[in-house]
Amino acid sequence: MLTLESLIAILPLIIVATTAVVVMLGIAWQRHHAVTALVTAGGLVLALLSVPVASGALSSPPLMTMDGLAIMGSVLVLLCALVTVALSHHYLTGYIGPREEFYLLLLCAVTGALGLVASDHLATLFISLELLSMPLYGMLAYSFRAERSLEAGIKYLVLSAAATAFLLFGMALIYARTGRMDLAGLAAGLAATPDPWTLAGAVLMVVGLGFKLSIVPFHLWTPDVYQGGPAPATIFLATVSKLAVFLVLLRLIMVAPIFDSEWLRSLFTMLALITMLGGNLLALFQPNLKRLLGYSSIAHFGYLLVAIVVGGQLAVETTGVYLITYLVTTLAAFGVVTMVSSPFGGEDAAGLHHYRGLFWRRPWLAAVMTVSFLSLAGIPLTAGFIGKFYVIALGVSDARWWLVGSIVAGSAIGLFYYLRVMVTLYMPEPGMRRRDAVHDWGSRVGGLTLMVVAVLILVIGVYPGPVIDWVVGLSGVS
Amino acid sequence: MILVWLILIPFLGGLLSWQAERWSEHAPRWIALGTMLFVLVISIFLWLTGDFSLPVDGNSQWLLEWRAPWIPRFGIEIHLALDGLSLILVALTGFLGTLAVLCSWREIVQRVGFFHLNLLFILGGVVGVFLALDLFLFFLFWEMMLVPMYFLIALWGHSGSPGQTRIRAATRFFIYTQASGLLMLVAILALVFVHFSNTGELSFSYDALRGTDVPEPLAFWLMLGFFVAFAVKLPVVPFHGWLPDAHAQAPTAGSVDLAGILLKTAAYGIIRFALPLFPEQSEAFAPVAMTLGLVGIIYGAVLACGQQDIKRLIAYTSISHMGFVLIALYSGSELAIQGAIILMVAHAFSSAGLFILSGQLYERIHSRDMRVMGGLWSRIPVLPGFTLCFVAASLGMPITANFVGEFMILFGTFPGAPVVVVIASVGLVLAAIYSLLLMQRVHYGPEYRTGPLKGPDAREYGMMLTLLALTIAVGLYPQPLLDTTAAVSAPIAELFTGGADLAARAGEVN
Repeated sequence: MLTLESLIAILPLIIVATTAVVVMLGIAWQRHHAVTALVTAGGLVLALLSVPVASGALSSPPLMTMDGLAIMGSVLVLLCALVTVALSHHYLTGYIGPREEFYLLLLCAVTGALGLVASDHLATLFISLELLSMPLYGMLAYSFRAERSLEAGIKYLVLSAAATAFLLFGMALIYARTGRMDLAGLAAGLAATPDPWTLAGAVLMVVGLGFKLSIVPFHLWTPDVYQGGPAPATIFLATVSKLAVFLVLLRLIMVAPIFDSEWLRSLFTMLALITMLGGNLLALFQPNLKRLLGYSSIAHFGYLLVAIVVGGQLAVETTGVYLITYLVTTLAAFGVVTMVSSPFGGEDAAGLHHYRGLFWRRPWLAAVMTVSFLSLAGIPLTAGFIGKFYVIALGVSDARWWLVGSIVAGSAIGLFYYLRVMVTLYMPEPGMRRRDAVHDWGSRVGGLTLMVVAVLILVIGVYPGPVIDWVVGLSGVS
Repeated sequence: MILVWLILIPFLGGLLSWQAERWSEHAPRWIALGTMLFVLVISIFLWLTGDFSLPVDGNSQWLLEWRAPWIPRFGIEIHLALDGLSLILVALTGFLGTLAVLCSWREIVQRVGFFHLNLLFILGGVVGVFLALDLFLFFLFWEMMLVPMYFLIALWGHSGSPGQTRIRAATRFFIYTQASGLLMLVAILALVFVHFSNTGELSFSYDALRGTDVPEPLAFWLMLGFFVAFAVKLPVVPFHGWLPDAHAQAPTAGSVDLAGILLKTAAYGIIRFALPLFPEQSEAFAPVAMTLGLVGIIYGAVLACGQQDIKRLIAYTSISHMGFVLIALYSGSELAIQGAIILMVAHAFSSAGLFILSGQLYERIHSRDMRVMGGLWSRIPVLPGFTLCFVAASLGMPITANFVGEFMILFGTFPGAPVVVVIASVGLVLAAIYSLLLMQRVHYGPEYRTGPLKGPDAREYGMMLTLLALTIAVGLYPQPLLDTTAAVSAPIAELFTGGADLAARAGEVN
């Protein structure tokens, strides 16, 4: 039954959805870019503040659960969305068309993500996933006058629809066998030995979710979409969308025994292996920074799949810590791209040559970029190392030597292109005029947020204790 | 707390000299110089006041110790400790760091602040490696010093022959060491989890892990994980691919650091971690390690003879010298291990001297190619004489420190592995060949061009004289070094079951 208590439990979701309505009405009444951004950010902050209240609620609404995993997911989703908003404002000031709708789409997607991390039922799972994906099509194709952006939006739309079909088919198969759609019921219904139909259903669902996570071999859309989408939309796709979908996958693995079969485990091992190596190998000679980051995110989710393979308490903890380190790192890396491309002026500055000698023009921006790339490469004293440490520790503790070996190999390959980008930042500056960040980027909201994120990478890398404690506290609940 | 400061001072100094660039071009240099001298003074002070006698039962083997919890979830601590071996290597780091700053005084004219930031960060990382006792912390410093080294080679290096750019050399260096480092991380983690399943205690502490009872096939693999990481850095022959390029392309300060200190972190790692953590496996592995050492000695020496690039030649001689160190470490003889420590110090002096000299040559004739040298003895005052001295040191001439080290290694290893010693002695002959080739091609023979070149200024004179004085001082009276490290090398030698016996026999011969 829906009680007041259970409404409190989903307070963040309600607040974000309300903000979306307010923003929509505001746009209908009078367009104002700064105010819209401010209202959006305000709504997100309010939702963030309501998370402690929500986590204190005693009961969850039907079809949803507010356990530790959901709370962790909500906080991370809201924080990432806030950073995206901060970066979007500066980026969109140069946009010729209507700017305000971007925030509307973003809020809708955040609502979907919040629902997704808390979903306890295949129906909420599906609705939330679609609510997350639909606005993303619009966000990716937002600068539709640029050919690539439109291409990205349509590509994502078509392939995402196909993936959704797979997901639905998988759900239907499982429903046909068990007659249940809530996760607890699924667990009970599937306690018996798995038969081919449920297994097929599970695999189809993995395909659907694997597409969103761009796991090899479902990754083909990633580079094009990353490259084409406007930078803030790409940030949102790379952080919020992937984070929410991964948490759902983890929840499925944890709850439903069908996902726990040895056969499916070996499938995940295979996927993890080819994702790590594939992502890193494809990125090797990539001259476009946004594509490179796309491939790099493929590889990172390959590492994270180790958690899915191993399962258990430490896996949840690993997922939490790794996702946090991945998020801050990705936000910083894409944030720099956004800054250099801001304000909007046609295509984003994604070619590596735009960044040549950045250190000598914009030392702090280049420092942020360096820190984020060191973190992507997993070098000690950055957040990325803590994440990599966790993943390797997880693999070693379960004696999955193949996975551990390919993490090592993948990291070694990855270093090559991370270093290539990093050293470009410090190369002597060529005489030509390049696209560049505006002079006062550091004193703008987006710039300040970026600096905070970069400092956070270092802080987590040097003193990860509090973050680990927070994740341990939350992962114990589920 | 003084240990924490030893690590922090270079880092703080680095940040300061980065920012100091806006005041004047020379400010970063002076700050960096002051920082390294400070580290040097602290370590010498510790050396003079420390007591390095063998620990009596119940006493700590550490001269100084500092620990604080860091990541309690995994039982990771910031655990620093200092004994004779680390002290000598930290002092060496301070000394060579000072030289590195001095020798780039004229060479580096662009982005001076950022250069010194990187230089000091490397040195800070190296000091951290020598002091860290928590395995996680050790790994952290081990990996951390790669990044500034990468920048040092990639941004201030020289591009060699076509296709051998400095960025390529730097990338290769980074990937070799980082990938092998990750293998060590895997081994560390596996060790920690075995310890966890044995005792229920999650800890990265050296003392806790040392007694871990690892099941047999796994233990061998873990030992190999550590060994590979150290073998890449030392370098041992199949893993040496990064070294010649990195040396040839690096700026002088980078080569000095690389040959003088970074290679020593590997030997230190073997002494401190690989041997004590896996004594039985290491003993079983010793024949292989010694063979690899032999291959390194011969291979490095033979390839050194065929080099045209003066810095590549010196780089290959490093491989040869480190082969001796590797043999000694796995010999299980106290005498040989002490010899290895002396050779490490001696090699740091002699190779730093040769690299600085080749840097000074480069400043004068703008080439490292020995085909365009020749006859320099008559064109440059003083420098050829110094070169002759360091070449003599490098080939192990008596009264130089290198002689003491090599002699002790061969003497100490002989009772246990006479065949190895016989073959290794061939390396000494080859060393004479490549050293004299270097001298002949560069300084004697017909003049390639004519006209006098500038002699050394006071700074260059000072550096060379100090290095030479130290080489000869250690060569004549190595006892202070031996006293300092005796407490370290004796227990290492005892790890090998046959070791105590061998040491006694070696003592008899003595």
